[in-house]
Amino acid sequence: MFHAILFYCFSAVLIGSALGVIFSRNPVHAVMFLVLAFFESAMLWLLIEVEFLAIVMILVYVGAVMVLFLFVVMMLDIDVERIEGGFTRYLPLGLVIAGLMVVELMQIIWFRSSAELASGGFVATPEGYSNTEALGAVLYTEHVYAFEIAAVILLLAIVAAITLTMRKRPGLKQQKIADQVAVKASDRIRIVKMDAEGRE
Amino acid sequence: MIGLQHYLTLSAILFAMSIAGIFINRRNLILLLMCIELMLLAVNFNFVAFSRYLGDETGQVFVFFILTVAAAEAAIGLAILIVLFRNQRSINVQELDSMKG
Repeated sequence: MFHAILFYCFSAVLIGSALGVIFSRNPVHAVMFLVLAFFESAMLWLLIEVEFLAIVMILVYVGAVMVLFLFVVMMLDIDVERIEGGFTRYLPLGLVIAGLMVVELMQIIWFRSSAELASGGFVATPEGYSNTEALGAVLYTEHVYAFEIAAVILLLAIVAAITLTMRKRPGLKQQKIADQVAVKASDRIRIVKMDAEGRE
Repeated sequence: MIGLQHYLTLSAILFAMSIAGIFINRRNLILLLMCIELMLLAVNFNFVAFSRYLGDETGQVFVFFILTVAAAEAAIGLAILIVLFRNQRSINVQELDSMKG
């Protein structure tokens, strides 16, 4: 019973914050609502004992990705008034499509699903079960290739982000390290042989 | 009792809301990116709920990889956004028609 109350509270806040993301005019407010949405979903995952992913969600998403969004939103001076001009134009279309999707998915989930699905709660975890340990045991054995590919994807993201945003300004003075290292003594000083000057 | 169906319902509502958000905020590119993040969250809800329902950790491993790809996508998307803003001084989607021909 307590579990159900918590579920409905967290879900209400989650849906409310998602509404805030969609409808807020200020992008900073939208990012803040998105942070709240991720936090609430992490709480909902904790409720069904998915502890590791819930913590990763807070640390990685709220800690890194959302802060990145916030950086970008605050760095660009976006003209909100001009952008929000056609706000209500697509509102009916969007609401109709979203409503249709929800109705159809509800029909599948609640009325067309098998009796087994309808009866089902979640599998009870055994005594002394550690979610992190179980996840690690699967991740580093069965899915180790996918894990390595994920690492490569992250490296690719770093390289892509840096090469996209790096720019060369004209007239900027900078060192050429390779030229500095490759220089020889003969390039810089010239030894001149000459006779000593006689005294006057 | 809270079961699989409740979580699937929540995920469906979130997904539909993020699609509505993409329709509504058709002009602001940064809000479109945020709606895509919300959509990925709804997908992750499905994976987590089914993983717990079936008692199989593979679903959670998939969520882990989706988080990785989503982080990479956010980083590259925001980098493209910054380059776009530098060149056009605007992130209005309606103005991005220079390749229309």
